[in-house]
Amino acid sequence: MKRSDFAWVVGGPQGSGVDSAANLFAKAAAFGRLHVFGKREYYSNIMGEHSYFQVRVSENPVYSHGDMMHLLASFEAETAIRHSWDVLPDGGILYDPKVVDTNIERVPALEPEVRTHLFKRLNAMSLPLTVEGVLKAAEADGVCLFPFPYDDLVEELKREYPDTDAKVLKRMVNTMSVAASLRLVAFPFEFLEKSIQDVFKGKTKAMKMNIQAAQMAYDFVSEQGWDFSCHLTPGTTDEKRIYVNGNQAVSLGKILGGCTFQSYYPITPASDESVFLEEHENFPLTGVQEEALKWVRNPGNPGKSASPNGRMGSLLVLQTEDEIAAIAAATGAALAGARAATATSGPGFCLMAEGLGWAGNSEVPVVVTLYQRGGPSTGLPTRHEQGDLLFAIFAGHGEFPRIVLSSGDLEEAFYDSALVFNLAEKYQMPVIHLLDKALANSNQTLPYYDLSRVRIERGALLNEAPSANGYQRFQFTESGISPRIRLGTPGCIFYNTGDEHTPEGHISEDPENRDRMMEKRMKKLDLVLKEIPSKDKFHILGDPDGDIVILSWGTPKGAIREALEVLREEGHRVKFVQSRLLWPLPAQELKEVLEPARLRIAIEQNYSGQFAGLVSQHTGLRFDHLIVKYNGRPMSFNEVLDALRHILSGKSSKKVVLRRGH
Amino acid sequence: MVTDTLLKPRDYKTDVFVDWCPGCGDFGILTSLHQALWELKKKPWEVVIFSGIGCSGKTPHYVNTYGIHTLHGRLLPFATGAKLANPHLTVIAVGGDGDGLGIGAGHFVNAGRRNLNLTYIIHDNGVYGLTKGQASPTLKKGVKTKSLPKPNIQMNVNPLLMAYSSGFTFIARGYSYDVPHLKELLKQAIQHKGFALVNVLQPCPTYNDINTREWFGERVFRLEETDYDPVVTPDTGEDELKKRRGQFIEKALEWETRIAIGVLWKDLTVETYEERIASRIPTYLDAPPGIRPVCDPDGKPTADIRSILDSFRVT
Repeated sequence: MKRSDFAWVVGGPQGSGVDSAANLFAKAAAFGRLHVFGKREYYSNIMGEHSYFQVRVSENPVYSHGDMMHLLASFEAETAIRHSWDVLPDGGILYDPKVVDTNIERVPALEPEVRTHLFKRLNAMSLPLTVEGVLKAAEADGVCLFPFPYDDLVEELKREYPDTDAKVLKRMVNTMSVAASLRLVAFPFEFLEKSIQDVFKGKTKAMKMNIQAAQMAYDFVSEQGWDFSCHLTPGTTDEKRIYVNGNQAVSLGKILGGCTFQSYYPITPASDESVFLEEHENFPLTGVQEEALKWVRNPGNPGKSASPNGRMGSLLVLQTEDEIAAIAAATGAALAGARAATATSGPGFCLMAEGLGWAGNSEVPVVVTLYQRGGPSTGLPTRHEQGDLLFAIFAGHGEFPRIVLSSGDLEEAFYDSALVFNLAEKYQMPVIHLLDKALANSNQTLPYYDLSRVRIERGALLNEAPSANGYQRFQFTESGISPRIRLGTPGCIFYNTGDEHTPEGHISEDPENRDRMMEKRMKKLDLVLKEIPSKDKFHILGDPDGDIVILSWGTPKGAIREALEVLREEGHRVKFVQSRLLWPLPAQELKEVLEPARLRIAIEQNYSGQFAGLVSQHTGLRFDHLIVKYNGRPMSFNEVLDALRHILSGKSSKKVVLRRGH
Repeated sequence: MVTDTLLKPRDYKTDVFVDWCPGCGDFGILTSLHQALWELKKKPWEVVIFSGIGCSGKTPHYVNTYGIHTLHGRLLPFATGAKLANPHLTVIAVGGDGDGLGIGAGHFVNAGRRNLNLTYIIHDNGVYGLTKGQASPTLKKGVKTKSLPKPNIQMNVNPLLMAYSSGFTFIARGYSYDVPHLKELLKQAIQHKGFALVNVLQPCPTYNDINTREWFGERVFRLEETDYDPVVTPDTGEDELKKRRGQFIEKALEWETRIAIGVLWKDLTVETYEERIASRIPTYLDAPPGIRPVCDPDGKPTADIRSILDSFRVT
């Protein structure tokens, strides 16, 4: 691996502060002007099951996680047992010496199949079935072992903070593991201090105690004189950067994009977004024209206006009783003029199918942010998959227009979260913003978002009643798009129905009207294909003239980009088509970029290669290889790289299943 | 363009053919609604009528206001979204008993929890008319209407008690053949600040040959003509409150011999959902989600996210 990156993993039981540890580490590196990519893995559980977080750090941008790590930070037995096997030779393991004798049998949360697998490995090496056995196995591979006596340091801290609750003190092991890790790689303490100040902003006592715990751990490692070959040097960039996760990136895009209403029913991995939005429901506005408010002031409205300076805006979040209500409420809000969205995952989206059809039939601009997770049914509720593509495209009975747009990373997700509202309002149809668990729970350093890039287009939304008599909500027009007004617009009314309807919106079963109305709605998809710029249809990355082409969509983008960087250095010319507009499918344009290649490879995180199948169906092109993964863990760049190398060597089977990850 | 001059009761009607069966109780509800809107001087564009699926679902098409005919059982979530997006709208939801108490029962309960300022009219006839008379959730166990092959084997729910336990702050029962009385109930419900249910006993002459006009005619009586007082205010004492609750439950349950119509419960002590939001979002009533300008004339977003984004800054 030529990239000068460093991978660190911290693990522990859920609820013990693993996420905070990862956050501290990642932010310390980010404050140190390095690029960071973090991936969070967890069970469907509140407390006790194993969760872990990988943080990859580099002076160059990092887009994905890797299979291996340079340093494993553990403070209990289970993390050491599960992850020691993936530490690189010359890497290191930080562990608590008090757990070395822990028998693997006695670690309750380990699944029986994991245990059996470990026993086999250890027995083959004639090592004891304990943490020590696992550590010895790693040591045999050249991994350095760093015993870190957490209890002693916690005791020491307790002397300084005698009144502190034991549980709070116990949580200091997180901070200590981060501090010890950073000292091992000789990263300056000042960035960790800054990170702690940032994470514990406003909590003076916790901040002070954490800084002290960090300093103690940092000093302890210094005193040991341990020799560790991995070093992490602060970067030198003066680029303005942020560090966000997927749910946050999407939320920020929604607020900026003018979303004013979001409904949701709690579901992993979508609800963090709605909770973030509710937390930030009030925010400042700029450039509000009083004119824009005037028309709505009816006698029922007190009509008092806040001062133009410092006027606040808001985004109303509604927690509904289920996802049926969530999409219905968002649709109702959209009818009243809100830029309305709902956020969910596969099981919730199942319940939204009828609402989606209603919105499609009544041409309502409503946005569904769909974070895919492992299916079917409850599936792998906290794990990753891209198994809902065909469902997103075809959900609902009958035929109605919709747009499905997918984002490949946290940069795209932000701008797309604003863009989807423009698409919904311009084309007056539901838009599904197709995301996934990997995106929701990945963190990344990114250039500060360019807010000036976001523009709002509300399409044919009229602020006042049209002066001509007989407003028709579903007026037949050449484009298929009819002027839209809000519920409550004075001097006007309209009707909507889930039935087939007349231009006025009244029920109609007339065959001629049916034909015209169906054609009016469906031809809007032609307009979408015509008007959406090619950058929103797909990105071409890698070598644009490459004679090998990869087709993918969504979050495998990061792993593929990194794999391609290596393949380029190895002399391969590979073009990467990252599809974004998945429906309507820009089949003609895709055909043009895919057809000339001598070798076509599709990569996606599902069993059957749903997108590849769809593209084949619409272009007649076949794919020579399909790389898929469905074990619930996102693709690492290593495994994508290995699969591609194998394909390029000519020895690979047609279908390649990636199986790595914990 | 709809004009607001010289509105007459007939101006609230549309010229869409009303395709209910002759003698249907729905006509009385529609007429009461037309009259109530006229008497309240509501302008057509100030009102949105939401409906679900079934005979009652067609109501919005017959009223000259904004009309949104939604999905089976989902009228309340649609109405909730619209009302939240513009709390200055007068929102009326009109649905059937199967729609609201069967497929939409979850929404009924949860809408009660919020106490939005909405009116909800249920057409209660004990049967699913549009699918030829299957038993609805309000049909009593053991009843065999002519549309049923065998007597109803499931128990019924009591919409009024369900409304009470869900948090509705205005609960009334109307009778579709007593239009002057129903009109008054609708007016009160629309004027009530909070979630108002008007459950309307509405004979289905085609499929329910048990609970007919004659059957109801012998039983219904106007509560206003008794000394019944449904109102609970912040000044209502504990004993008085207990009494109000007791008489409410009693009247809600009476069925076989006497059926009370009128306002059975009116609680003026609960804040509306809109008020709860406004206490958290100070600009809510002034610039609600449906109205708040999201961009300037050039399409530049008005939301200023810099302070939030700055909290994620690392360099």
